[in-house]
Amino acid sequence: MSFDLLATLAKTALWMALLLQVTPIMVWVERRGSAMIQDRLGPNRVGPFGLFQSLADAVKFLCKEDITPAEADKFMHGLAPVLALIPALTTFVVIPFGPDVTVLGHRVPLVVAGAETGVLLLLALASLGVYSLVMAGYSSNNKYSMLGAVRASAQLISYELALTLAVVAVLMPVGSFELNEVVRYQQGSFFGWLPRWNVIPQFIGFLVFVVAAFAETNRLPFDLPEAESELVAGYHTEYSSMKFALFFMGEYMGMATLSCLAATLYLGGWHLPGLSYSGPWWWVAAQGMGVLVAKATLFLFFFVWVRWTFPRFRFDQLMRLGWKVLLPLSILNLIAVAALTVGGVL
Amino acid sequence: MEVAVFLLFAALVLVSALVVVLHRNPIYAVMSLVVTLVSIAVLFVLLGAPFLAAIQVLVYTGAIVVLFLFVIMLLNVSGDGSTAFGLQKIVAAGAAVGFSTLLLVLFWGRFGGLPLSPLKEADVALRPLARALLGTYLLPFEMVGLLLLAAVTAATVLARRGESEKT
Repeated sequence: MSFDLLATLAKTALWMALLLQVTPIMVWVERRGSAMIQDRLGPNRVGPFGLFQSLADAVKFLCKEDITPAEADKFMHGLAPVLALIPALTTFVVIPFGPDVTVLGHRVPLVVAGAETGVLLLLALASLGVYSLVMAGYSSNNKYSMLGAVRASAQLISYELALTLAVVAVLMPVGSFELNEVVRYQQGSFFGWLPRWNVIPQFIGFLVFVVAAFAETNRLPFDLPEAESELVAGYHTEYSSMKFALFFMGEYMGMATLSCLAATLYLGGWHLPGLSYSGPWWWVAAQGMGVLVAKATLFLFFFVWVRWTFPRFRFDQLMRLGWKVLLPLSILNLIAVAALTVGGVL
Repeated sequence: MEVAVFLLFAALVLVSALVVVLHRNPIYAVMSLVVTLVSIAVLFVLLGAPFLAAIQVLVYTGAIVVLFLFVIMLLNVSGDGSTAFGLQKIVAAGAAVGFSTLLLVLFWGRFGGLPLSPLKEADVALRPLARALLGTYLLPFEMVGLLLLAAVTAATVLARRGESEKT
């Protein structure tokens, strides 16, 4: 095996190890966080602070009976939860977590796939996520599931446009699709003390991105595809046991990757002013990954915070917000950034 | 390695394309179309055009085919074989063969037979592509945009007309 292949495998393994931790940890944060917000205690019996609750839940999921409805389309019913993991487990490849380092005389970029198409590849892979929801809804042969699936596809397509346009506005002054270039662009500072992060000059784009990210991950206040007060559980009504858990994992890992993307696009990614990023390669990698994870954690906590603060939208409100507010705002942001870029301000 | 990947995905393209045409259940046909389009994207990557591959997945599988699915699910098209028009099938097959022959003849005349020489890096890299689209071929590019705008406007007008008749 060549060195490059080994390095790629190692980087992939690192990401996978981190991403698989996201679901249990986030479920704990969500349950304890919601309890904190609602002045309750939350699960606090299993392990210190209830930390092992997710472990117990995982065992429970594995032991539960796996039910496929008699009239369901068996093939698609089984395939849908597997597909839910594809965008979650592939999109991280273009997110950089450090500068290039030298390992045993080989130059290794700290990103799994430093492709020229960069963030475009991420958006393309993420856009495949909708098929899992649609398949789940269709194959369950259940009206609630079907309605959830139809809502999901309408919602994802509507918000993808605003999200993509916000990303394009970030890429324009950088002049590259590569996320490492985006990080490099954000190094330095405004007025000598304010970090040169995109969130400052592109605040409108940042708002559009964050709101669209909530819709893309089906999180409250935009979790219409699984609105339990009207659709029982939406597209995963007929799922139980580990298949249901896969949807759950897909949702949380999707949130994690989008949070990493948001941190990279708007908060300077793996770079933090004041850190030197020098020393042995593993120290540089640990610094980069640590900073990226810390920034992504901010977004992840924000996801939880919003979920337990805002009520759910109505579907027509959701569509109106997407098409009549976010899309025009993102186009406006795009034009403004284009003008500033051509004018040499950004 | 590359040959193995090519063979795998070329076979996938052909098989899934056949399923698209032959399967009775329209949902399965559309899902199979997704496999076809993603496999073609993989072939684009093998040909050294990752940008085209990303756009292919983003636009076709990520948006357009989702709309196909949306329409099929909303209209609840069932796969009972009622769409089997004898004449239409023959005409469609004839048109497909004719069009492929035309393309083959045109390519043969333009590039002087098979095998074609591979695309140069300079043709498919992002910057030259952008220069070509927004420089050399700006007029056709804008015309395509205008055509799409006309289609969108027409669709909106058609949808609105039904609405005003109801009220």
